[in-house]
Amino acid sequence: MKRFLVKHLLFLLLTLLAVSFLVFTLNEFSPGAVARKVLGAYATQEQVDLLTKQMGLDRPVLVRYVDYLGALASGDLGYSARFKAPVKGVIFKHLANTALLAAIAFACIVPLSTLLGVVAGMREASRLDRAILMFSTVIASIPEFALGVFLASVFVVWLGWLPGTATLVAGGGWSVAAQLVLPVTVIVLFDSGYVVSMIRASMVEVMQRPYIRTAVLKGLPFRAVILRHALRNAMLTPVTVIMLQINYLIAGVVVVETVFAYPGFGRMMLEATLFKDIALIEAGALVAVFLAVVTNILGDLAYMLLDPRIRA
Amino acid sequence: MSTPVAAGTLSASSPAAPRVLARRWRRRLAALGESTPATVGIVIVLAWVVLAVLAPLIAPYPPNANDLAALAHTTPSKAHWLGTDHLGRDLLSRVLWGARPVLVIAPLAVLGAAALGSLLGLSAGYFGRWIDLTVTRACDIVLSFPVIILYMIILAHVGSSAWNIIGVLTLTKAPIIARIVRGMTLDLREREYVAAAKMRGESAFYIMLVEILPNARGPLVVDMCLRTGYNVIIIGALGFLGIGLPPPDPDWGGMVKDTYGMMMVWPHMALVPCAAISSLVVGFNLLAVGLRELGLRD
Repeated sequence: MKRFLVKHLLFLLLTLLAVSFLVFTLNEFSPGAVARKVLGAYATQEQVDLLTKQMGLDRPVLVRYVDYLGALASGDLGYSARFKAPVKGVIFKHLANTALLAAIAFACIVPLSTLLGVVAGMREASRLDRAILMFSTVIASIPEFALGVFLASVFVVWLGWLPGTATLVAGGGWSVAAQLVLPVTVIVLFDSGYVVSMIRASMVEVMQRPYIRTAVLKGLPFRAVILRHALRNAMLTPVTVIMLQINYLIAGVVVVETVFAYPGFGRMMLEATLFKDIALIEAGALVAVFLAVVTNILGDLAYMLLDPRIRA
Repeated sequence: MSTPVAAGTLSASSPAAPRVLARRWRRRLAALGESTPATVGIVIVLAWVVLAVLAPLIAPYPPNANDLAALAHTTPSKAHWLGTDHLGRDLLSRVLWGARPVLVIAPLAVLGAAALGSLLGLSAGYFGRWIDLTVTRACDIVLSFPVIILYMIILAHVGSSAWNIIGVLTLTKAPIIARIVRGMTLDLREREYVAAAKMRGESAFYIMLVEILPNARGPLVVDMCLRTGYNVIIIGALGFLGIGLPPPDPDWGGMVKDTYGMMMVWPHMALVPCAAISSLVVGFNLLAVGLRELGLRD
């Protein structure tokens, strides 16, 4: 256990270093560019030169990278040019919004796809299995923005039941809860399609194992076979997949956030890149990778807890 | 599809005559017809390929021509079967032309990823030791990054063009393929025919490409099919986020981006390209489901 944690924490550190270096060099490819990006296209060359000197940008990239790491270590993430505020606060605010969206979506995805996946996989090639497999394949094939447009054209344009934007500011007669319905639905549908097929595949495999045949032959009711013997073993492989969804839910939902004008982390990153907000891009990328690697580790941990063979 | 070993010995040892090859392909196509998802998938994909190829001949208008008279009523009419967009451009023509870049970029990126990924996976699995460790770790790092954010950062810096999109897609998808190929190589390198090839004194390069890779192709083909579908989604998403192919040439994601703000008034402008991209991805994914079924059946 201790070795597992040490190994993974080292990998986390290595990944963060690699990513921070890549993003840093990518952003600061040319010495003058950073100051130009901060000041915008209309600044005079003297202003750019002055800022370059002030920010110490005329020094070699490696020196600045080490400086940057030092600042990071002391908790200074820099100042966002786009939001005119310290990066730390900007990231925290948007991350909290996305966490809300992700938490609701996750709470729907896990039970829904477990149910569908297990029901489909317990009798392979049955009519119900085919129907669920087709449904999840088709749903997972529709891009998130298209799903958003389809749902919005029915529930917003045609029926008028829901608002088309989720700005989290109650207004126009819509509560925040009503605003969240469509973004959450799009995420749940798009993501479930994938998770269902993983759980189904795992369930199909488990149902062919000898211990399931034994359980059936000794006369256990089918319900008990599924609940007591198959379920736990069938959830082993998908647990990692499910944990990886957290990663997608936090950083990958930029498209959904853009469709519904949701003030989340993904859309913040999009704005930062379009605006060339260097400090925000660098810090945001690190946060995204940190979350990704940590959920990865949690997935491995959950796997270990479920599978007694590799505990120890 | 026969078992991997039998297929491998066939294609590796006997140089098949053209007629044998033709018969084998006909048998494969017939097998595809037995699976409903595969049939539906292949029909959808082929239909889009034909439409894309014929776009210059069958599109009723040039894709970027503005019909200002049509702006008064942009909804579907006799002159514009699917209506026009907010600039008076014919939606049918734009959707047809928009199929072209997607159907070139998505498969090219998959081929690139398959080539790079196979090479990495084969060397990692075959040589093992530090090569394996380096490749696996590098793949883990790329895979741990949320891809869409990676695309945003890179494309915002290097600029967005068809080649740059192919490049990013290749680099980010190769690790997934490398993982699959590595796993299969670990298993296959212990087989007798690999030992035989080693005894014959074949080079490592020959063994990897001629003895091992052909036997790993089954799962690889299914995965490439899925990847193509995902690539179509990502190309659409990039266009929707405004970092895809540069305007004004039609690009499905970009068409949605330009018009979804007007959905309360003219929903058809966003719905048409959304339907187009969804149907194409459904086609690729059904084909993948069908191929997997056929591979598992015998």
